[in-house]
Amino acid sequence: MKKEIQVAGFGGQGVILSGFIIGKAACVFADLNAVQSQSYGPEARGGAAKTAVIISDETIGYPRPTSIDVFVSMAQEAFNSYLPDCRDDTVLIIDPDLVTQSDVGRPVYKVRVQKIAEDLGNKIVTNIAMVGALTGIYDLGVPDEAVKKAVIDSVPKKFMDLNINAFEKGLEAGKNARPE
Amino acid sequence: MRYELDPVRVRKILGNKKQFIMGDMAIAYGGLLAGVGFFGGYPITPASEVAEGMARMLPRAGGTFIQMEDEIASMAAIIGAAWSGTKTMTATSGPGFSLMMENYGYAIMTETPCVIANVQRTGPSTGQPTQGAQGDMLQTRWGSHGDMMAIALCPSTVQECLDMTIEAFNLSEKYRHPVVLLADGEVGHLREKVVIPDVDEMELIERIEATVDKDKFIPYSESQTNPGSKVPDFPTFGSGYRSYVTGLTHNDMGFPATDKQPDHERLINRLVSKITDDREKLTDVEEIELEDAEIVFVTYGASARPAESAVRMARAKGIKAGMLRLKLVWPFPEKAIYELSKKVSKIIVPEMSLGQMVHPVREFAAKDCEVIVAPKVGGVMHLPVELLAYLEEGSQ
Repeated sequence: MKKEIQVAGFGGQGVILSGFIIGKAACVFADLNAVQSQSYGPEARGGAAKTAVIISDETIGYPRPTSIDVFVSMAQEAFNSYLPDCRDDTVLIIDPDLVTQSDVGRPVYKVRVQKIAEDLGNKIVTNIAMVGALTGIYDLGVPDEAVKKAVIDSVPKKFMDLNINAFEKGLEAGKNARPE
Repeated sequence: MRYELDPVRVRKILGNKKQFIMGDMAIAYGGLLAGVGFFGGYPITPASEVAEGMARMLPRAGGTFIQMEDEIASMAAIIGAAWSGTKTMTATSGPGFSLMMENYGYAIMTETPCVIANVQRTGPSTGQPTQGAQGDMLQTRWGSHGDMMAIALCPSTVQECLDMTIEAFNLSEKYRHPVVLLADGEVGHLREKVVIPDVDEMELIERIEATVDKDKFIPYSESQTNPGSKVPDFPTFGSGYRSYVTGLTHNDMGFPATDKQPDHERLINRLVSKITDDREKLTDVEEIELEDAEIVFVTYGASARPAESAVRMARAKGIKAGMLRLKLVWPFPEKAIYELSKKVSKIIVPEMSLGQMVHPVREFAAKDCEVIVAPKVGGVMHLPVELLAYLEEGSQ
């Protein structure tokens, strides 16, 4: 089993944290192997940010993606830039409020994760809602419960409930999502 | 003040046994586990997370973290602190490592144990701050002026970032020499699973301190406590053992002997041979598919990962490919390279540079073995298929 997941957006959205959570879920809470790599520019906010996670039940050699199974995009620019790196059958997941132009002649999963976060009262958990949506849509090979544990293990205690809610709402939305 | 960290407390601060952490953070963990009492550094991408981890954890463990004004001062600070008897460390990258070169030589000349983690990025100059590279391999060996030897380790995984930092401290204490952990931005910023050793799972080496009568102590002779060792006993500041510490050529008593050829010759030969005498004992390589290999990679650090993938792909195609990975790059494993070169027809050295370690490989390979570099610049690793092409071409 080998899964390659890429999450992209702009700096400050928590893109890298979302990859970290998925990798931690696989490594620490599901006893698989995972590597998480990242690329970003020198800016603290803004600029392109992306992270890739590879999950496998074997040792992982080359740590960067070579054949992306699922691509999650949280910004239009990221969607446009990194879509060419995907296969024809790569599962595409976007937030339609963040990626407004996603008509690329193939099915795309659309989950309004930013809206979920806003409805919970804080846009800052958009990335955690997206982790939930990804878990709901795509079989990461990691139990949902392991991802939830990784969320709990990775966010500040003060905002624990907010993050758990965001994850669960995202997960539910992901399970109900159909490619459009 | 002499720091002696409580290893049980340190281990407790690090938390769970199994974690998903970044290479840089694993370097900080390794330093803490080895018992570092003082960290002086200046943040620089992609090494900043080492300082970040140290700033967060070292004071809680009972040590001191100082953000210095620059890398020259950082190196000076860890040298000074080491003489107080504690284990010391800094972490840097690219331009910061260049700034450290003068005091790196000072640490070698004064036989000061300390560890420098260099998470390499591209250069020259400020280059690509957020991108990894392997361009400081020869600088580590030859970058400070004068005759000297280097000790350097190259991690390929996050677990090795932790384990090799502990090893770097052990070698530094054993040889009284600055040891460089030559990581790179790829491994430094990669997150992977690490298993954190417990206190009883680690072997730590401490410097040998002066024990002879104080009036018989000779600070820069061969050891008086450990007969046969070329590494002098350490006179910790404040212990009552007298020592003069200078970057000038010095005699056995530590006093400047700048116009005395025999003193310089004896000193420099001892500084180098205390390490090179153990060259084969220090050699640490990983062999992959070498039994019947005809064409091989000699690798180190991050580039070993796509290279290993390429070897597996080549084997699946029936190509007799293999790989020798250097875990310790300096002192250079001359014999291991020579013996490998007698068995294979071609050695390819994949490097995230235009080619550095290819030079010592070529120097020590048998003359009829072809040695070439597989260069990759611009801050990215080779793709496995790119390296596979070298094996396919070489096997025709």
